[in-house]
Amino acid sequence: MKIQTKRATALAALTLSAAMVLTACGGGSDSGSGSGGEGGGGATTVTFLPKNLGNPYFEASDAGGKKAVEEFGGTFDEVGPQEATPDAQVQYINTVAQQGINALVLSANDPTAIGDALEEARSAGTKVVTFDSDTEPQFRDVFVNQASAEGIAKSQVDLIAEQIGDEGKVAILSAAANATNQNTWIELMKKDLAANHPNIELVDTVYGNDDDQESFDKTAALLQSNPDLKGIISPTTVGIAAAARYLSDSDFKGKVQLTGLGTPNQMREYVKDGTVKGFALWNPEELGYLAAFTAQALVDGTITGKEGDKFTAGDLGDYTVEADGVVVLGEPTVFNADNIDDFDF
Amino acid sequence: MSAAQSTEPSTPDAVERLVEPSRQPRGRRILTTVLRSRELAILIVLLLVIAAATLTTPSFLFSSNSWRDLLLTPSILLLLAAGQAVVVITRNVDLSVGSVLGLTAYLTGRLFIDTGLPVVAVILAGLVVGMLLGLVNGVLVAFGRVPALVITLGTLYIYRGVVLTWAGSDRINADDMPRSFLRLGTASILSIPVLTIIALVVLVGVGYYLYSARGGRELYAIGSDPDAAVLYGLDVRRRVLAAFALSGALAGLAGVLFAARYGTVSSGAGTGIELQAVAAVVIGGVAIFGGSGTVWGAAIGAFLLVTINRALPIVGIPDFWQRAVVGGLIIGAIVLDRVLANRTARKLTEAREDA
Repeated sequence: MKIQTKRATALAALTLSAAMVLTACGGGSDSGSGSGGEGGGGATTVTFLPKNLGNPYFEASDAGGKKAVEEFGGTFDEVGPQEATPDAQVQYINTVAQQGINALVLSANDPTAIGDALEEARSAGTKVVTFDSDTEPQFRDVFVNQASAEGIAKSQVDLIAEQIGDEGKVAILSAAANATNQNTWIELMKKDLAANHPNIELVDTVYGNDDDQESFDKTAALLQSNPDLKGIISPTTVGIAAAARYLSDSDFKGKVQLTGLGTPNQMREYVKDGTVKGFALWNPEELGYLAAFTAQALVDGTITGKEGDKFTAGDLGDYTVEADGVVVLGEPTVFNADNIDDFDF
Repeated sequence: MSAAQSTEPSTPDAVERLVEPSRQPRGRRILTTVLRSRELAILIVLLLVIAAATLTTPSFLFSSNSWRDLLLTPSILLLLAAGQAVVVITRNVDLSVGSVLGLTAYLTGRLFIDTGLPVVAVILAGLVVGMLLGLVNGVLVAFGRVPALVITLGTLYIYRGVVLTWAGSDRINADDMPRSFLRLGTASILSIPVLTIIALVVLVGVGYYLYSARGGRELYAIGSDPDAAVLYGLDVRRRVLAAFALSGALAGLAGVLFAARYGTVSSGAGTGIELQAVAAVVIGGVAIFGGSGTVWGAAIGAFLLVTINRALPIVGIPDFWQRAVVGGLIIGAIVLDRVLANRTARKLTEAREDA
């Protein structure tokens, strides 16, 4: 991976201006200010490629990315498929490579399927930063992780345990059956439940494919086939909103607790009408903001993606690259009736 | 419905039924038609599915919620299937309904956010916009003389492109729409959900028109043999145009109801539902080459499709198999159609030779 990164750096250097080369070489492991390349690098071009458009989560993260790119004086672009499928992302990656964009910031729909396209883009000199959902480490330079998977899993298990009194049957409403991060969290939730909450039984995991209608219908089916269900965890923004919509007008409202990962704007209605007591999410705007600054740091050579590299991400402060080229944003925030009106994303 | 005839032609009675059904007593004729209809067969399958699910989990039917869900969930697809049936009967197909639904669903949300129009006006707006989009299809098909499959495949992408450009990554949240409108998506009158009532009223209207109105019968004539219909002096263009406009209007209405039911609308709303609508129509016994079938069949087909999807996980069939089951149903329906059609054709020939 290190070799690939060096090759990518070399190729990038060839295609960029002489001033850019100097900045890149001079940057080294200097942790200085993350926006060091602002003057010398000209306008860094950054393209955001979310899993799909029309997803409020990515809307927020892309807004954060745009803000960051404007702060360091780069050029921001956002492209994306309509549906969250790997094959739909490939064409956008190819286009980005052809356009000679400096950095691609994406949330992967599949850990391996888009690997070839990403390798091609990197050999054309584009830096690849993944956020939200990672690829295999060899296909990208840095992964900006929203929070450690353990932290996310634990926050949701803690929330549901608190809401149902640490006892009873729960189920999970996930995104696609092959969604990387959801599956990681689900595994960790299972472990956490088994180890720390012996009285909570996970009875079923269903997949709503991040589609409103499908998630809605799956929630109905879930409640029907498990009449004594006490809680649902939906670790996906589309799923939790659809499940909340179903619960809010059903006999199960107030009897079945719902938590998971959602955005305040989507969930406001359901938190206020008492369907949902609390849910969690890291701030996706900050995630996009950090991802854009990470891209900038890669392009100007402040970091190369190896463990221990340090950089500054604007208002968010200093970050250090961890093992496997991962940068962690921080702990998720819990939203409830008391604080939900403080957020707008 | 003639496709369902399958008696032995050797007896004079059977010959009579095939060649000149009107010679039979009226009561008996109706009874035979009903008993032999595809609609009844699918209805029985539907009831079996409901029975199987209820036996496994009694709450599938016997709780106020599940009764409501049973009736409510199919109502949106029911509207699409009714429109689709009318188009398919004329030997056309409308693949753009999913995109029309997405467009009007998003429009519904935007109208509430941007204009604050009353609920009734928003529903009408959805209906009218849907009809206009359907008219575009109709004009292209009727006057462009291009197969509907190609035209509506094109508008499927164009209309979806419009939603994507318009909505971008924006989304309508439940918070953005008035409570009274959202309540429409779940409220019931006499324990029958409002959306279901709307769908049934539409269904009865369309069904009655197709069955008894001159215009409705002409649609069948056009689907049976478009060239003959022209020679016979039917205004084929106008009828086809109207069929597409109706399909569009119903898809528009379905879009408004989608927003009321699901509470969130993204640019991807309704993606792929056009295939479900076509599937419902085919399963419901409307021949894909036009000229036969009823909206009742299509409606029961839609009901069956949706209910099967809800029932399979309860009966214990895993998620991943549900699509395969639906596929099996479609192929089964088509094969049955073919077999019955061939048999009827053969018997008609024999009956003619005997007579």
